[in-house]
Amino acid sequence: MRYEAPESVTAAVALLAGEAGTARVLAGGTDLLVQLRAGFVEPDLIVDLKRIEALHEIVEEDGGYRIGAVVSGAELEEHAGVSAMWPGVVEAVNLIGSTQVQGRATMVGNLCNASPAADAVPAMVAASATVRISGPNGRRRDADVGDIATGPGKTSLENGEIVESVFLPAKPKHSGDAYLRFIPRTEMDIAVVGAGVSLTLDDDGICTDARVTLGAVAVKVLLVEEAAAALIGTKVDAAALEKLAAAASAAAKPIDDKRGTKEFRKKISGVMARRAAQIALKRAGG
Amino acid sequence: MLDKPNKPEKQKFNVVGTSPLRPDGVDKVTGRARFGADMVAPGMLVGKILRSPHAHARIRSIDVSKAEALSGVKAVVTKDDFNADAEDQDVLYNIMAREKALYDGHAVAAVAAISQSVARRALALIEVDYEVLPHVTDVDEAMKPDAPVLHDHIFTEGVEPKPTKPSNIAQRYEFGHGDVEEGFSEADVIVERNFKTAATHQGYIEPHACLANIANDGSGELWCCTQGHYMVRNTCASLLGIDVSRLRVTASEIGGGFGGKTTVFIEPVAAALSRKAGRPVKVVMSRNEVFRASGPTSSTSSRIKIGAKKDGTITAAESELNYQGGAFAGAPADLGAMCSFACYVLKNVRTIGYDVVTNRPKQAAYRAPGAPMAAFSVESVVEELAGKIGMDPIEFRIKNAAREGEKSSYGPKFRQVGLVETLEEAKAHPHYSAPLGPNQGRGVSCGFWFNFGGQTSTSLSINIDGTVALAVGTPDIGGSRASMCLMAAEELGIGYEQVRAIIADTSSLGYNDVTDGSRVTFASGKATIMAARDSIGKLCERAAKMWDISPDAVVWEEGHAKPAGANAGEFEPLSLAEIAASAESTGGPIAGHHEVNASGAGTSFATHIVDSEVDPETGRVQVTRYTVIQDAGKAVHPAYVEGQFQGGAAQGIGWAINEEYIYGEDGRLQNAGFLDYRIPVASDLPMIDTKIVEVPNLGHPYGVRGVGETSIVPPLAAIANSVSAAAGVRLTELPMSPPRVLKAIDENK
Amino acid sequence: MHQVHVSTKINGDEIEYLCETDETLLDVLRDKLGLTGAKEGCGSGDCGACSVMLDGRLVCSCLVLGAEAQDREVETIEGMADGENLHPLQSKFLEHAALQCGICTPGVLIATKALLEKNPDPTETEVRYWLAGNLCRCTGYDKIIRAVMDTAADMRGA
Ligand SMILES: Cc1cc2nc3c(=O)[nH]c(=O)nc-3n(C[C@H](O)[C@H](O)[C@H](O)COP(=O)(O)OP(=O)(O)OC[C@H]3O[C@@H](n4cnc5c(N)ncnc54)[C@H](O)[C@@H]3O)c2cc1C
Ligand code: FES
Ligand code: FES
Repeated sequence: MRYEAPESVTAAVALLAGEAGTARVLAGGTDLLVQLRAGFVEPDLIVDLKRIEALHEIVEEDGGYRIGAVVSGAELEEHAGVSAMWPGVVEAVNLIGSTQVQGRATMVGNLCNASPAADAVPAMVAASATVRISGPNGRRRDADVGDIATGPGKTSLENGEIVESVFLPAKPKHSGDAYLRFIPRTEMDIAVVGAGVSLTLDDDGICTDARVTLGAVAVKVLLVEEAAAALIGTKVDAAALEKLAAAASAAAKPIDDKRGTKEFRKKISGVMARRAAQIALKRAGG
Repeated sequence: MLDKPNKPEKQKFNVVGTSPLRPDGVDKVTGRARFGADMVAPGMLVGKILRSPHAHARIRSIDVSKAEALSGVKAVVTKDDFNADAEDQDVLYNIMAREKALYDGHAVAAVAAISQSVARRALALIEVDYEVLPHVTDVDEAMKPDAPVLHDHIFTEGVEPKPTKPSNIAQRYEFGHGDVEEGFSEADVIVERNFKTAATHQGYIEPHACLANIANDGSGELWCCTQGHYMVRNTCASLLGIDVSRLRVTASEIGGGFGGKTTVFIEPVAAALSRKAGRPVKVVMSRNEVFRASGPTSSTSSRIKIGAKKDGTITAAESELNYQGGAFAGAPADLGAMCSFACYVLKNVRTIGYDVVTNRPKQAAYRAPGAPMAAFSVESVVEELAGKIGMDPIEFRIKNAAREGEKSSYGPKFRQVGLVETLEEAKAHPHYSAPLGPNQGRGVSCGFWFNFGGQTSTSLSINIDGTVALAVGTPDIGGSRASMCLMAAEELGIGYEQVRAIIADTSSLGYNDVTDGSRVTFASGKATIMAARDSIGKLCERAAKMWDISPDAVVWEEGHAKPAGANAGEFEPLSLAEIAASAESTGGPIAGHHEVNASGAGTSFATHIVDSEVDPETGRVQVTRYTVIQDAGKAVHPAYVEGQFQGGAAQGIGWAINEEYIYGEDGRLQNAGFLDYRIPVASDLPMIDTKIVEVPNLGHPYGVRGVGETSIVPPLAAIANSVSAAAGVRLTELPMSPPRVLKAIDENK
Repeated sequence: MHQVHVSTKINGDEIEYLCETDETLLDVLRDKLGLTGAKEGCGSGDCGACSVMLDGRLVCSCLVLGAEAQDREVETIEGMADGENLHPLQSKFLEHAALQCGICTPGVLIATKALLEKNPDPTETEVRYWLAGNLCRCTGYDKIIRAVMDTAADMRGA
């Protein structure tokens, strides 16, 4: 196994594209090192992105924020601007692991690891986040966050492609977002169910737009249109929230595993979505 | 009754009962302390173990030739490298699979190589031809007549007539007295329920680790983290087929054990590799290996039936407890059955325990082995019964509580015990009457543990400057060196700081049993006191020599030799330091020692109070308040006694709520890591209040009782009782994980 | 296996080492440099026994490659005391009996030092959540939390 720490995206992409065997990108390493140690992956090349200065930046763009691929959870939390605009996303990222894990883990790594239970992903999808991808020969493209992971451990990234940054768009006024997950302990668990909600109200407090997402209840994050529809046109009152919960429970397609039963996960999907919506509502000023 | 002493020999203390800093403290806060994996030796190799991926499989053949041929590999061992006639055939089989692999994680071969990566590659080159067999991991399934049978030599012991067919039930135990049927017929109310508990792991943070250095003549040294290095020595010598005297074992600092380090796993393997390679070999388990292949607890199923009169008198009690103990016999079904009703004085009682083997790793001790599961089911029924009668649960317990002079449910009569005292303290504790919030419930439970004594050897040397070097042979797993120093200082009448204790290796001190059964502060403490007294006798002799009077005319007081009285003569008292300074001219080195098979370990009882909050929509349980009240006899070092109380309670909380071994259909362990084997993290727990009750143990000169184990006995039931109160429905299965609690709540609607 | 040459700073000292590319910083500290204060409880980021500071951030050294330490600054438990003077946290942990077996202690101390540098006046809840990645199986955390709160109060007073 070779270890390379290039200093530019171009160099990183070239290394990846030039590797005949298996190559892996290294961001915070909090997934990758665990997988290496367990023998799940045996790459021939590791490309560490952390020496690329540009990927450490958080910059304002079109009223939103562009967050570099190697910004750690701890760094994101310390950024007042992002935390104020997208508290749900920042909370979701900060839920990942411990303080120690936060010192390293990135939201892009969370996305590219493509675990169905990834915490940052439902929040990012609820926030309509996009990613910028760099590929060989200077190719660059943007994609919706929801289109990156395609199934457990699988992504739509092509050979040689890396994600450079996440873009969180400007937030319309009277909007709020939230992410909640269910875990048995208070910390250090992988989500049994995760729910992200982002919603916008008009001046009268009527919900005009909403996005509701669920994690850990399908092969990839679910964007639950029916749940969002339950909120739109309402004041997000108790009846609307119950409808949202029912829609979320109905949409969940979980499996039975060591972390929870199917039946349990379906129920909890509704509860988490409802509770997240209540927080988002409050943040939107409702 | 009156002329019977009810006080220990000594009641006024200078240093015992204070909480000074521990002698190993600075090393442990600076990173200097050396634990199992911290040792190196010149020329050291890395040892790694190949483990069965199957729950149950016949091993047709093992081909190690490719691994042996790999450059950098220095030795490969399989079952053939161990002494087939070893005394303990189960341990022999457990450390390295023989005809069959009996559980997921069972060792089948091992390599020693020049580096981690070479060792890893070598393991991948070993070819094992398995014939996969049907397996069983659940206790109730394993007991069924048509279950896959693990061993064809196990015919259930303890039943008449002796069975003719092999089975997974290794033994049936029965204890009790009186006429249970008669007793139930006198009851006004009877509660009978079935319970289940999952297997848990001790969860010590330090994985097993050892460094073996065996010379070509078969003699050598072993460094390892263990609760009993003499046990390691004797067992490894037997497994390797060498003389005990040829092996010197040193116990490293130990990063937690809780019973899980009372046997051997990797130590004999490292030794066999080292012998074969002719070089030192270090073996360190990964966390995955710790979960799959060390010694978790039994899982259990049980049925409890208790009857009582309206006035609260229990008329009869019956328990049937099935202990799944992994691939070999020896589950603590006997201890569980004995403990189940130990808190109560019962006219009619019968307890039955079954020791059952399954395709799981062989269970090992975990704090009060067998008792927590039994207490869980019994104390759940006790709480429910009190409720049915309409009696306060503490009053109900006091009415039936174990008391001095009464016959215990497991046979012997109780001596002076402190159960009622802990219950009275609990009743009066502000926690018991504090208001509860919404969705909260309160539960209490009692708990009992026998406590052990056992073989102990201690030696104490007086240094030239009057300080004292104390050597004990019981690994210090929670600050026991400090307690030993306190007791030695107390006897000698000197300051705590003047005594330093070490854990001596097996060649430097006589035999000591394993640190288990909460025996150390009791038994090593007792031996330390006796060793100190032995040395005092010698100090007095030396003083007598210096004064030229008879040794009988010298007494030891406040750290000084003094003339016994006016007749003895007028002499200035001689301090320990003064006598020590003249040792050379008065007869040479001064030392005391003591060897004993200590008896008289007093049983310890506890009562715990718990508040829990249940989220009715998710079934999630949060413990919000916790109080431990326990009888310590005499708390030698109160801060460490509190620590034992708190640690046991925290482990109990984990066991009750989230910890469990999860096996898949394929018989493989699915959660062999701390991410999914969920021990409590700091944010899961409240502060854990403690109250030390001191009802002296008359079997110890200071009244000491062991405290390390009882603390894990009450939590399971106390929490189950509080969760049941909060959820409005009785929970009978552990862990009370969210899916299970939510299901119970929903079904109760 | 490819060996990588790394120059780094550990507890203020310039250090160079060769490591295999799949070796973690924890492996390097323990096996190459003899700094065995950081412990391996899991090797997968779950227990925190291997906690060290990397360029001022608290991390699990088992989740950092040895090769990544090039030009970084690493602080370990061995660098916590100042000569013969213990750090206030170290003294308070002893005073409060905040350790039993002590295997978690180096990691907990490194983590709490990082906490108090960032937040000198944490609440009990903040301490508990900050330490959620440092497993302790012996103490039930009670005495650890008390020791941290007491040190924080003392250090604020000083
Ligand atoms: C103790 C512990 C607790 C955890 N708890 C949680 C939790 O609560 N919730 C949760 O969601 N996760 C959790 N995780 C998993 C992990 O921490 C997160 O998924 C984290 O966000 C991964 O980020 P990273 O930067 O460390 O990724 P890395 O490990 O560096 O990378 C992860 C994967 O993404 C790929 N990758 C990384 N960056 C890029 C890029 N820029 N372009 C293309 N591919 C890339 C890598 O090749 C790798 O396959 C936990 C992990 C640990 C060790
Ligand atoms: S060893 Fe690194 S977190 Fe456990
Ligand atoms: S003191 Fe033993 S794990 Fe913390």
